[in-house]
Parts: sequence; structure tokens; C-alpha cells
Amino acid sequence: MKISSSWLAEWAPTSLSARELGDRLTMAGFELESVAPAAPAFDGVIVAEIVEAVRHPQADKLQVCTVVTGDSPEARAAPLQIVCGAANARAGLRTALAQVGAHLPGELKIKAAKLRGVESAGMLCSAKELGLADTSEGIIEFPVDAPLGISVRDCLALDDEVLELSITPNRGDAMSVRGIAREVAALIGVALTSPDCAAVTPTVIDPALDDRAKATLAAPSACPRFHGRVLVEVDNTRRSPSWLIERLRRSGLRSISPIVDITNYIVLELGQPMHAYDLDKVEGALTVRHAHESERCELLDGRTIDLASDVLVIADEAGPVALAGVMGGQRTAVSPQTSRVLFEVAWFTPSAIAGRGRRYGLTTDASQRFERGVDPEIGAMAIERATALLIQIAGGRAGRVVTAEDRSKVRVPQTVALRIAQIERLLGRAFSERDVTSLLTRLGMSTETAGVGVLKVRPPSSRFDIQIERDLIEEVARLAGYDELPTTIAHARQAILAQPTSVLDEQRPLDLLAARGYHEGIHFAFVDPALQAAIFPGAAAHTLANPISSDLAVMRLSLWPGLLKAAIENQRRQQSRVRLFEHGVVFPVGECEKDCIAGLAMGSRWPEQWNGGREPTDFFDVRADVEALLSLSDVPGAFTFEVATHSALHPGRAARILRNGISAGWIGELHPRLVRELGFVSAPVIFELEASALSVTYAPYLEVSRFPQVRRDLAVLVDESVSAEQLRAQVKAAASSLLREVVVFDVYRGPGIESGRKSIALGLILQDKERTLTDEDTDRVIASVRKALSQGLGAGFRE
Amino acid sequence: MSDLATLTRQALDDVAASTTLAALDEVRVRWLGKKGVLTEQLKSLGSLPAADRPAAGARINEAKAQVQTAIDAAQAELESKAIEAELAAGRIDVTLPGRGEARGSVHPVTRARLRIEQIFRRSGFEVASGPEIEDDFHNFEALNIPADHPARAMHDTFYFPDGRLLRTHTSPVQIRELKKGRLPLAMIMPGRVYRCDYDMTHSPMFHQVEGLVVDENVSFSNLKATLQGFLQSFFEKDLKMRLRPSYFPFTEPSAEVDMSCVFCDGAGCRVCKHTGWLEIAGCGMVHPNVFAAAGVDGERWTGYAFGMGIERLAMLKYGVNDLRLFFESDLRFLKQFGAA
Repeated sequence: MKISSSWLAEWAPTSLSARELGDRLTMAGFELESVAPAAPAFDGVIVAEIVEAVRHPQADKLQVCTVVTGDSPEARAAPLQIVCGAANARAGLRTALAQVGAHLPGELKIKAAKLRGVESAGMLCSAKELGLADTSEGIIEFPVDAPLGISVRDCLALDDEVLELSITPNRGDAMSVRGIAREVAALIGVALTSPDCAAVTPTVIDPALDDRAKATLAAPSACPRFHGRVLVEVDNTRRSPSWLIERLRRSGLRSISPIVDITNYIVLELGQPMHAYDLDKVEGALTVRHAHESERCELLDGRTIDLASDVLVIADEAGPVALAGVMGGQRTAVSPQTSRVLFEVAWFTPSAIAGRGRRYGLTTDASQRFERGVDPEIGAMAIERATALLIQIAGGRAGRVVTAEDRSKVRVPQTVALRIAQIERLLGRAFSERDVTSLLTRLGMSTETAGVGVLKVRPPSSRFDIQIERDLIEEVARLAGYDELPTTIAHARQAILAQPTSVLDEQRPLDLLAARGYHEGIHFAFVDPALQAAIFPGAAAHTLANPISSDLAVMRLSLWPGLLKAAIENQRRQQSRVRLFEHGVVFPVGECEKDCIAGLAMGSRWPEQWNGGREPTDFFDVRADVEALLSLSDVPGAFTFEVATHSALHPGRAARILRNGISAGWIGELHPRLVRELGFVSAPVIFELEASALSVTYAPYLEVSRFPQVRRDLAVLVDESVSAEQLRAQVKAAASSLLREVVVFDVYRGPGIESGRKSIALGLILQDKERTLTDEDTDRVIASVRKALSQGLGAGFRE
Repeated sequence: MSDLATLTRQALDDVAASTTLAALDEVRVRWLGKKGVLTEQLKSLGSLPAADRPAAGARINEAKAQVQTAIDAAQAELESKAIEAELAAGRIDVTLPGRGEARGSVHPVTRARLRIEQIFRRSGFEVASGPEIEDDFHNFEALNIPADHPARAMHDTFYFPDGRLLRTHTSPVQIRELKKGRLPLAMIMPGRVYRCDYDMTHSPMFHQVEGLVVDENVSFSNLKATLQGFLQSFFEKDLKMRLRPSYFPFTEPSAEVDMSCVFCDGAGCRVCKHTGWLEIAGCGMVHPNVFAAAGVDGERWTGYAFGMGIERLAMLKYGVNDLRLFFESDLRFLKQFGAA
């Protein structure tokens, strides 16, 4: 919220600079976002009067103005000649004159000049040229009584600063000059002053007109109080005075017309939103009620909205004329021709307004305040102030203020009990009852003792955030200053926490992959539905109702979409060698979120170097990385790689990873179809493991045998379709308990081997715990293995 | 019999003329071997009168010893030359880089998170986590943010058609942990969170860490001590901290946490917008309504909670100036970091 420091000073006079005041407010919970001068620097610009304006002899759009800069006869006798292009330059107008030598915003220096042959001793200025508006139509118009010759900076009180404060949603009461002034007064201990808001005596005595201002409260819980007043003979074609325009501008609003400007002014100053209707467009009397289903309303912003039965409206006899507490309707809007005005100053229950505007995409000054809570007692003052201002600015005569209300439904602040000891318990510092009373009183709260160490506190009607004891403790802390509270290290808790060895320290797999050349990426958990469907055709995924864009619309089923996209991006950035991994959750439909670790490798085996590693990374490079990961579980033997097919993987280069027979992940080369579709220059090898598969199980200790090992090698000839894993399993099944280990130490295809077959060289390591093995022992084992291999897998043997 | 002195000289000349170890060995065999010339001299002693034999024997042995010494010296020299030659031939360029894989990296956000976890773990906090797809109760209702509450506007929430949502903060984990009823507790809850907001300074997915301490008399001043201790430990600087009153529906009193700027030590610079302060966390005392929603007796227990953006901590710690870099997996960016 933007607030001018001079306007604030009118309510709470202080000797603090705007910056100091802002810092104090920051430390009281109203964060100062910026302090800016009310106007950019300029000088040499004074108030002057055009006494004559005639058409420039050489240019249709220019006028030659005779301008005086003082009221004295001497000044009137020494007019200046100024050429001006503004259409509103006219005799009698008091406006801004940049004299010769003046400095204007934008490094502009005014010099005496000739415009199309006519001398000009300065320049008449628009608000835009003085940096007071983004756009301007014509030169500034000052009131006819603006003192001639004074600096425009003084005339408009421009030597002012604008504080931009951030107001938290619990403090609707602070969303006004008055509200912030109340805080300032409490913080620095000055009295709150208020400008003249005396009642305006009605000068139109017309009961029929007053009846038009009397609203029917058909939903008294939502709107228990409604002040209405009619003003007649208003001239809304007038311009608002520059002080009003300036105050609105400093608060970020544009001047529209006197009526609109005044309603805006009241909300800024008092925090009471109000609305003005063109009475001649209102059909009969107003009713505050909930909308009927299928009712519609055209709003001031030109949109027509469909209303619902929980939406409060102001309606006349022809239907809704305003979305209550949010925005007025188009049908009864005021215009320059409006002469009979109906002011509405209503009080709406916050819950009746909350969220209604947002439902229609509307966040207005009114809705923000009503949903946070407007002081129900300020309305009477607001309507008088608005009336007085309107008559002052646009003339007119006022009728009576007609108040419809259901007092029982108007919010009355409840008293809250405060136990003084709780303050110390919660804040860590003791406050005396007297200190607490003094602090709370400064905030307009009334307190009384209600037993030993207990205060009964009644907050002012403006405060909606004081409902429980805790709210008062916060106020004590806030006003005392958080910096004044001690910093105390808590007594250490001495509980020993369970730390199961089965839980793998997260850092270990990450560091392991990093040590093996992988870089960790973090990718959005929502992915492109098209990419995900290409990887997992037909798989259901959680779909966002409101994605940030259509290519970030579904929750990932795997970390692969993110990794593949990142790899493509890196390839585009000329990184031909990519090794990436990610650790994060995936979101399968109908299951719990799954914590996964996945990786991708493509390009050369090693980074470019002087001695090898230029061949492309293949399945077995990445499998080694995966095996290293699996070994973190301390039971690498529990894992098997099984031939399997996956929609994303090359059908001949894919394996499912199992832990004790239970699926734990996948590894494989990206399917050639996806390699092509995604535009990879070489095929990445990818893997994904469920993090839970890495849980640590300590393998049981096996006694080391003291007897020698025997090694026998077998060159086994099998069909291409027989996997090494099948061989290994068969060997293990057939060998006796003497078998310690099987190693595959060669795989050969080519001359000497018929096509469709391959030779796999196995090394069998045998050992006994009790004795040295004899040749017969070994031969028996090998014979049984050979028999099993040839019978089970059709194996032959190369001798 | 030749003159012993002449023989000795000849032997010594042969030794000196040997340029290889093999040649030297031949010389040794020729002169000192079993059938060597000097060895043969000893056999001729028998032809001498018995009285002369000891003296002649001694002379011959002396000559042999002289030659042996020369051979030993020559051998040592030749051996050392051979080693030198071998070394010269075996020289490699040790300035060439090592063979094999290069270092990878752990993401800076993960590094920051692990560091945060480590700091708190070592101070007795547990680490907990919760689901990223949440329900309205845990993300909002139980945290004292009822439907239509203005604070909901501050959370641009991603929804699913069934009404569930992507958690907008890690605070729902507080509720899940409190509901377990294991009190007192001290824990942090790091994790991914989501807001429907995407520009220069906002990512639709980012990381937060939430802290929660509940005990019978935990106070705001304990909260101050924890945060100050953490920030000083994380940034390894003796930095100042200040708390400003603020508003979060789930804490009261609530505060924004500022720390003195880590780049200018509070003097004012571009990063801190010349204020000397950096906003780093939000915190407060757990709101009684939150305790009530989680079934915790708010009269018996008090608690504090805090939340921080991990990206922000990582940016300040590692000097990264663009949030978006974290999620682009640009290897040129990632390669600058090492292991965790």
C-alpha cells in the first residue's frame, strides 16, 4: 500500500523522516518496501495565469499565450509571451509555467525559444512533463485562487515522500491512512488527530428521496448495516482539485471524476470502501441480498458475471446493481452527467465477502478490505466526510443519512483474557501487568483486571485479529519490539534417537554417482504429457487442473522424462558427453509416491583425454555404475539383472533389476524409436532404481577357509539366446557347496564358432572348509556342471 | 711364471676396459675364477721353497684382493649407470592428467539441503518428510488457513481435478508429525514445494525446509537462538539477525527473519538493495489452532516453527544469482560444483 508521508502526518504528526518512520513501521510488522519522492526533481516552475490566448499565426495547433506570474499591478504590467500547444490553454486558466532556466525531469532545461517565429519565454507544463502522471491531456489546471508566482512544488506540496508498505492479511485495519496513523501513534506515542468529519446538515428535506437511500437488509448476517444518502444538483463534470488528484496519485490511483475520486479518497483515508450510484439509473429502492441462481450482473469493468446463491449483491427492483463489497455494476454507474448521487457506505461481514471477488478474478480495494474486516463503526463518519467533500468540490445539496441496520448482527469485539504469566512462557521475557496494560492501551484496547495475573482486554472495533490470548501476546511482543526479546539457547534434550542401519544415508549414493562422473540435476516434477506418453505409452498419470503451461501438465511417472529432456538440452548446448542423475519422487497413479534414483549416460566412455575412452558409453559401463550403487546395500548378491522389455528401452539391451526377486528398477539403452524422435545423436543408456531397494542389509559373516582354492575354466558353447545369468544360475545349481565363485572371463563369437552360437568362458573357483580338495573332488563337480549345462542349456564345450 | 706385478696391472687394465657388466664378469672369471690366471698362481706355490711360500702366497692374495676391489668398484659404477639408463628410458610425463572418469557433482540445492540437515542433525533434530501431493486439510485447513482465507491468495496452488493439490509449503509435514503424538520433538522437514508462479525470481517448483520444536516450555527466545545459531553455522559467519513482526496463519507471534547481508556484512550493496539485510526465513510460535487440528494439547505444549527457501540459502552460499539455473541441468553450470 502506498501512503504519502504528508497525508500520514496530517493524522499522526511526527518529527521522523519518511525513511525513519518506514523503518519503525517495518519493525512493527508493516514492511517498508520503498520510499520514493512524491515527484521527481524539478525547479523554476511556478503558478501563472493565462490572461490571453490567441491562435499562433503560423500553426493551427499552437496558441500564443500572454501569461502573468503575479497579482500585483507591476506583475500584471509585465506579462510574458509563451507559445503553448495544449488545447486547454485558455484565458483565465492558472497553470504551471516553467520559466527560462527551469530544470524539468528528464534533464530538460528551459531556454528562451522561438517557435515558428514567435518568441516564447518559457513553457506551460502538463502533469506528465512534471513527472506527475504517465499521460496527460493538456496543461495542469490549478484552482482559480491558486496563488500566482509560488512554486508549483509548494502549490502541490510535492516535497513529500511516498512510503510503500506491505500490509499482512490479518491487518485489514491498517489498510488506510487512518489505520497506519493509529499504529504510528501507538509506536511513537503521539496523539492521533483527525480532520474535520463533522456531520453535514441536510439541506434537501424530501422523505421520498430519503426512502431511495434506505436499503432493505435481506441478509442481515452478511450485511447488518447500510448507510445511504442522496445528494442532488451535483456537478460531476468539474475537475477534482489538484490536492485531491495529488493524494490519489501518490496512492497509485488516477483521477476520474469528483464522485469517483471522493469514494476512492475515503477508502484510502478511512479504510471504508463506499460506492456511488447514479440515482436516476436505480430502479426503486435497494436491497442487500444473496444472488439468485442464474442471476447475472454487468460490472463496472464491463464483464458480465454469473452469480451464485452464496454471493452477496446490492439489487434494485430490476436486479443486481453491485457485487457487494467487491465492485459496482455498470447499469447504475455514475457518469459526468450524473447529478443525483446515492452514496452507499455499508458494513459487510468478512466471511460474506471473502473469496467472492477472487472467484471472478477480482481483487479490488474494497474486497481486500472487507474480507479482512472493516471497522463497523467508521461508516457514519465516512459518509459525512464524503458528503462534505463532494459538496465542496462538485456542489450539490445533501439529503439525510439513512441507516438500515440490525444491531444484533453487527460485530462487537469480544473481550479476551490474558494471563500475564503466559507472556513470559511464550516469549521468554517477563512483562509486568502495568507494562502490558500500557502497551495495549496505546493500541486503543481497554483492559481491566480479572483476577490475579489475568487481564480482560477489549480490542477496538477496528481490530479483527484479536480473538485469543495468543493474539494479545503477539501485540505485546510487537509493540515492545522483537529485538527486545532475549535470545536463549534451550536446554538440550537428552533422548537418543533410533538410527537404523538399514536406512542408507542419502548422501552416499549421491556422492558415489558424482565420483563416477554423474552430475545431479533437479527437474520439475510435472512433465510434458507428450514426452511421458512416448516413454510410457498408455500409462495413466496425475494431471494438473491448472498447469503453468501445457508442456508441464502431468506428474512424472519416472525421472526419465526430466533426464532425457535435460540431456537433449545439453546436446543442443554442444555438450556431446552427458552424465546426469536425479534423486526425487515419482507419482504413480494408485500408489504411494516413490523415491527414485535415476541416471543417464551418453557420449564417449570417458571425457576426452589423451589415452583412450573415446568409444561410446555402452550398457556395461552404466551397469557397472548401477552395480556400484547396488553394492551400497551391502548385499550385491541379492540383485539380479533379468532380460526384460520396457517401452522406453531397446528390446535387446534392457534389463529389469531385481532384489531378491522383487522388481527394483530398470537399466537399458534408450529405444531407437525414442532416440530418433527426441533427436539424440547417440543413444543414451538410462537407469532408474527405487531408493528403497538400496536399504542396507549386512551380509552374514562367512568363515575364511584355510585350505587352497582350485580353479577350473570351462569354455561353454551356447546359443546366442542363452544369457550369462542363465549359465551362472545353472552352474550354481549344479555345483556342490564347494563352489565359491563363478567368473565370466571371456565372451567370444567369430571364427571357430558356428553362427548363432557364442563361447562364454567361465572360471569356477572351488574350495572346501575342512580339507584340501583332491582331483577327484574337483572332477566330480565339473562333470556335474558340464552335464547340467549341456542338458539344461544345450551347451557344448571347447577343449 | 710371469711377473705378479705385471699380471696385476694387466688385470686392472682389463677391469678398467670393461664397459658392460657382462664384460666385467668375463674379466673376473679370467683373472679370479677357479681357473683364473691369478688363481693359477697360487697353484704354482708348490714349486717354491717352503720358507718362501707364505710370503709369495700373501703377495698373490694381495694382488687378487686388489683386482677384486677394482672389479667391485667397476661393478658398482656399471650397475649405477645401468639404472640411470633404465630410469632415463622409463621417464613419463607426469604432468599429463590421470586416466578415466572425471568428477561429477551433487546439485548445489542438494548440497545446501544436506548441509542444513547435517547442522540440525548434529544439534539433535530429526529429519522427516511427507508427500508432495497433499490434501486441503494438511496443506491449508489444519494450518489455520480455512477456505476463502486471504492467505490462500498468497499461495498460488496447483490443483488436481479431485481437489488434491501439490503442497505449497512443507508445513503439512508438521501436521503429519504432530498427529503421531510423539512429544516432545525437534525436527526439520526439507522438501520440494510447488507454487503456480514462474518468472525471473519464481520457480513453480522449489525447496523449503521447515523446522518444528515442541516441548513444554519452548519460547520465542529459544526460536531466536536456534535461527541465529543455524544461520551462523550455515554461512560460517558471525552474522547479525533480526526478527520483524509478520503474519502467517499457522504461527503467532509470527516473524520474518532478516540476517545481515553475507556479501557486504551489512554495509549495504546491490544484493541487499542497500538495506544491509537479507530476508531469509519466516517463523513463529505454533498457533493454538494448529495444535488443536493435530490433536496436541496447546495448554501443555508450546512450540516454534520456521521455514526457509533452500534455493535462496544455496544462492547466497554459492553466489548463484539466477534461480532458473538450478532447474536447467546445464552441465556448464553443474560442473562447477563437486560432491556433497
